[in-house]
Amino acid sequence: MLKQIEGSHGVAEAVALCRPEVICCYPITPQTHIVEDLGALVKSGKLENCEYINVESEFGALSVGIGSSAAGARTYTATASQGMLFMAEAVYNASGLGLPIVMTVGNRAIGAPINIWNDQTDSMSVRDAGWIQLFVEDNQQAVDIHIQAFKIAERLSLPVMVCMDGFILTHAYEGIDVPDQEQVDKFLPPFEPRQSLDPNDPISLGAMVGPEAYTEVRYLAHHKQTQALDLIPEINEEFKQIFGRDSGGLISTYNIEDADTVIVTLGSVIGTIQEVVDEQRSQGAKIGALTIRSFRPFPFEAIRSALEGAKRVVVFEKCLAVGLGGIVATNVRLALDGVAVTVYTVIGGLGGRPITRKSLHHLFENAVKDELEEVTFLDLKTDVVERELERERQLIRSGSIAENILRDVGVVDAAKTA
Amino acid sequence: MKNTKPYAITLDVGGSLLNKTGSWRTDRPVYLDRLPPCNSTCPAGENIQQWLYHAESGEYKKAWLEIMKNNPFPAVMGRVCYHSCESACNRTQLDEPVGINSVERFLGDQAINNQWKVKPGKSSGKKVMIVGAGMAGLSCAYHLRLAGHDVTIFESSPKPGGMVRYGIPKYRMPREKLNAEIHRIEEMGVKIELNTKVFNIAATKEKYGFDAAFLSIGAQNGQYIEIKSDQSLPSLVGVDVLQGIEEDKPSDLHGQVIVYGGGNTAIDVARSAIRMGTQGVKVVVRNSRDKMPAHLDEINEAVQEGVEIVALRSIVEISDGHLVLEKMVTVEGGKSQPTGEFETIPASVVVQALGQNVDPGLFADVDQLELDDGVLDVDFHMMSGIEGVFAGGDMVPSDRNVTIAIGHGKKAARSIDQWLKGEFQQMDEKHEVVDISMMNTWYYSDAPRTIRPILDVVRRQSGFAEVVGDLDEDSAAFEARRCMSCGNCFECDNCYGVCPDNAVIKLGNGKRFEFKYDYCKGCGMCVEECPCGAIKMEPEEI
Amino acid sequence: MAHQQVKFYQTGTLTVGNRLLDEDNRTVQATMDRSNSLDSGHRACQGCGEALGARYAIDAAMRATDNQLIAANATGCLEVFTTPYPESAWRIPWIHSLFGNAAAVATGIAAALKVKGKKEVRVIAQGGDGGTTDIGFGCLSGMFERNDDVLYICYDNQGYMNTGVQRSSATPGGARTATTMPVGPQPGADFDKGKNVPSIAMAHNIPYVATASVDRLHDLEAKVKKAMSMHGARYIQVFVPCPLGWGSQPAKTVNLARLAIESGIYPLFEAEHGEITSVTKIRNLVQVDEYLKHQRRFAHVMKNPEQLSAIQATADRNIQKYGLLGGQE
Repeated sequence: MLKQIEGSHGVAEAVALCRPEVICCYPITPQTHIVEDLGALVKSGKLENCEYINVESEFGALSVGIGSSAAGARTYTATASQGMLFMAEAVYNASGLGLPIVMTVGNRAIGAPINIWNDQTDSMSVRDAGWIQLFVEDNQQAVDIHIQAFKIAERLSLPVMVCMDGFILTHAYEGIDVPDQEQVDKFLPPFEPRQSLDPNDPISLGAMVGPEAYTEVRYLAHHKQTQALDLIPEINEEFKQIFGRDSGGLISTYNIEDADTVIVTLGSVIGTIQEVVDEQRSQGAKIGALTIRSFRPFPFEAIRSALEGAKRVVVFEKCLAVGLGGIVATNVRLALDGVAVTVYTVIGGLGGRPITRKSLHHLFENAVKDELEEVTFLDLKTDVVERELERERQLIRSGSIAENILRDVGVVDAAKTA
Repeated sequence: MKNTKPYAITLDVGGSLLNKTGSWRTDRPVYLDRLPPCNSTCPAGENIQQWLYHAESGEYKKAWLEIMKNNPFPAVMGRVCYHSCESACNRTQLDEPVGINSVERFLGDQAINNQWKVKPGKSSGKKVMIVGAGMAGLSCAYHLRLAGHDVTIFESSPKPGGMVRYGIPKYRMPREKLNAEIHRIEEMGVKIELNTKVFNIAATKEKYGFDAAFLSIGAQNGQYIEIKSDQSLPSLVGVDVLQGIEEDKPSDLHGQVIVYGGGNTAIDVARSAIRMGTQGVKVVVRNSRDKMPAHLDEINEAVQEGVEIVALRSIVEISDGHLVLEKMVTVEGGKSQPTGEFETIPASVVVQALGQNVDPGLFADVDQLELDDGVLDVDFHMMSGIEGVFAGGDMVPSDRNVTIAIGHGKKAARSIDQWLKGEFQQMDEKHEVVDISMMNTWYYSDAPRTIRPILDVVRRQSGFAEVVGDLDEDSAAFEARRCMSCGNCFECDNCYGVCPDNAVIKLGNGKRFEFKYDYCKGCGMCVEECPCGAIKMEPEEI
Repeated sequence: MAHQQVKFYQTGTLTVGNRLLDEDNRTVQATMDRSNSLDSGHRACQGCGEALGARYAIDAAMRATDNQLIAANATGCLEVFTTPYPESAWRIPWIHSLFGNAAAVATGIAAALKVKGKKEVRVIAQGGDGGTTDIGFGCLSGMFERNDDVLYICYDNQGYMNTGVQRSSATPGGARTATTMPVGPQPGADFDKGKNVPSIAMAHNIPYVATASVDRLHDLEAKVKKAMSMHGARYIQVFVPCPLGWGSQPAKTVNLARLAIESGIYPLFEAEHGEITSVTKIRNLVQVDEYLKHQRRFAHVMKNPEQLSAIQATADRNIQKYGLLGGQE
């Protein structure tokens, strides 16, 4: 049924349709609306047979989830930003124990400086934690991918993170086709855990493993995750059969067949990029775009074969590996190892900075002319950073960088005079 | 899908049994039985701890049968034994000793009331003669019957029982109990020829075809010292007085009775005199009161009944219905010496109770048997100078009391049995005696002793009713449960419980425990927490 | 009162078993068919109090639930010595997740069981004092305030023993640890610091809080049994001496636990909904030095009258506050 609803609400309804048995809730912007809506669904009785637990922290949230999943309950939670870091230990633990928990990440920047707005640093911080990470483009996909996520997770006995851009998706009202329960039940069978804590068949779960076996355990974790490269498209196909919608599988491409220049990205920014691509194509540029849905496992094959024909690839990402540059770009470069293609890294949209069509036009035009730096910070206020850097060169102690920059852009003075 | 447990992260339960932590051990715990001090001191060699163990759970017959392995007279011993076991009892160091004696008496009486019996052994075809049906002789007869030998006892008195009958008054030793226990022995096939004095051992042995003999004629002749006297007072001998009372002969005890001597016979005479309505009884002793050889309980009861102890006095003269006493003084070494000071007390009759001697008549015609310092020498096996002739009880060199006599009877019976079979056996080595420092007494409930009811004093003064009452069944069980089972496992499950490595196997009721040495790390907690000291650590051979 | 002392000559209910008592009055540990939830072959040190306490508590819980039990375990000695790959010493369904989240994991298990309608299956969380009073405290408090249907058992050995004996918020004043060395003017752990988790648990108003000790088996089992007869958040803190961390003889573990109780330094009590309902009385009062002198971690205290009297004062306060004297057999 098509509804005009908030993204978070859509996700909540989708999760509810998956008949979760335990939901752990802890508020953190911008995922909060999802668990609020789920809370209302449980409390009202619309979502039956579900324990909704208000926990004391994100660490507690995922830890409760670890317990419930290990005891054989379909388990869901959500987090973002600082919360992801606070639960980081449990994130690694859930995957290490092979627990098929599904967790939404309302992607948000990480402090300091504290910032509640969107980028993808939080998900990226745990990209190697052993979870499957699926990034969604829009709220329809958010709904659909959540439903698929449970199936992927439970089929592999691995946890899945569904990453959706905070505010841009979580708080956006769009028309969403929310599936009906019958369809979801047909697609998603009841959870049959691969292992569970059961007095009638006791196991010891979570042993200490020494040097004699740890490498093998890690190898097997790696191997297991790569199995998802086959499973994700397979389940997407199953989903399409029942729901008639294609969520794209590992990656989605847009006009790349004849493209010299391909923009690679994750998440919701693809919408704007597609518009810019369309406009540039109308002016004759051979340009296309690619969205990575499955960032973990990383679909090397799919990306390589999609980008092999291009002359240049521009990886546009909402995260930064400080001291390195692009995180996504680094992964893409690896996929293109040995292919004669130039890869540019563009960091943009950090901490909620708007990504404008104007800026993208400018960016892509420069890219097509091969006039990009290897790493570009989109819309970087170079005068501000230049002044700060100059100040640093002159003074040993230059005070708070953040305050200086704000002073430079006039915010501090404005506040003082106000 | 069920069996696809993640490698290494998920484990099957109980796999740790593959890890034999026993290899960590440098010392290993071992179970052992140590000798409890009560058993160690019992002259009759009773396994007291063991019979108390049965009594604790109310298995009185089992307990009684355990006593009967060593002593056929629980009802007698439960009354007249001086219970050195109680003095040795480790419980003394906690509160008070276990009332072993009263439980034994309870069990003995139970057996009489319920007519519990013991069967004799399979007939061996051998015949043994015993001279004297006192405790030693009867005990020996009983044990010989258990071994299947034919036994005949020759007794010069009209009734069996020896000093217990003729030397211990009824108020301490009711005759029906004594008779019952003797009767039980007779029922096992022991023949007792009463009023039959043996004058020649060798001749009697040969005449009736006995294969061996046991002599236990006791020391029945009262010692009599000459005191300078004007014959103004009758002067009697203690054992004769007691025998006269037993035989209901008219008594010379009247008026002011003076008993001379500090042993148990003296006290028995004094207490009998009280019961016979005399005007007053004084016990004159040369030593200080604390040096009196009589049992303290007896002295105390006598004093309660009105007996006056006149300590540190010796009788030097009987004159004009009075006694002249010389004051004595205790000198270094605990001995008493005369002071040269005198006093005079009125008296109606004097009874000497200064000790007893063996009647030498039995040996008159036997060269190989001679009394040495008043007693007959025997070897380690209690055999006399003549092959096959054994002796025990008061007539051989030893302390003299009923329990020792019973012990002698048992020991001699075992020696006779072995001798009849051709060879003496080696004695088993005795276990180490358990000291309280080897035990963990925390675990024993605080439990003051159950005091046997004492006949009230007025009743005691006027008759020969038994002074010390019975324990009722609850009290007897209660008292038995005060036993700490020193050195012997009583299955409290502590070792089984406190092992952090689950390395003790419980074998089930009555079967105790075993160590799983595959897993025991040798921490020693079982030893530390064993209440009774029945486990010890031994160095592991590495 | 969790456990009514049976006043019975011989050993009454002071020993693990007693052939003279009714079956009902014997401990689970005395039975031949106890579950041995924590079995032989584990790698705990000789004389480990925690290994003992864990088997005592879990076996009792197993008996109380007819073997329908699941346990979540915090990281620590108990976890490490029981489940090094490839051997597990547990015989119950058991999960180890992290150091600080055992209470939360248990909450999750309980939630799963509830939603699946498995009412008969019960959940225990367990850990050492570090995993309970320090790093796991947030999750513990959360579990308490939500009144989740979990019994949390803390095996209190007063320090981080698994990492090599460092101070925790359960380490007593004066004690030597690797991070509170007996040097300087205030040797050992500081006095007037630390966390009284049983009291804090009571402040959450949860149905049941108790302290127990490995030397009082009947008492301990009765408390576990009682806890398992209730629902909601419950907390039992079991005193478990650590020969390694305390510098004591392995054979002395139970004895030390006893001396801690008998000196009043470790009060045993029960509380329901925030109110103390019973205390386990001292049987034979001893001074604290009797307890301290067997432990090398207090060796310097034995030579320091000021510290010694400070510890005695703590014991005296406990005796006063909890009424630990009198009324015992």
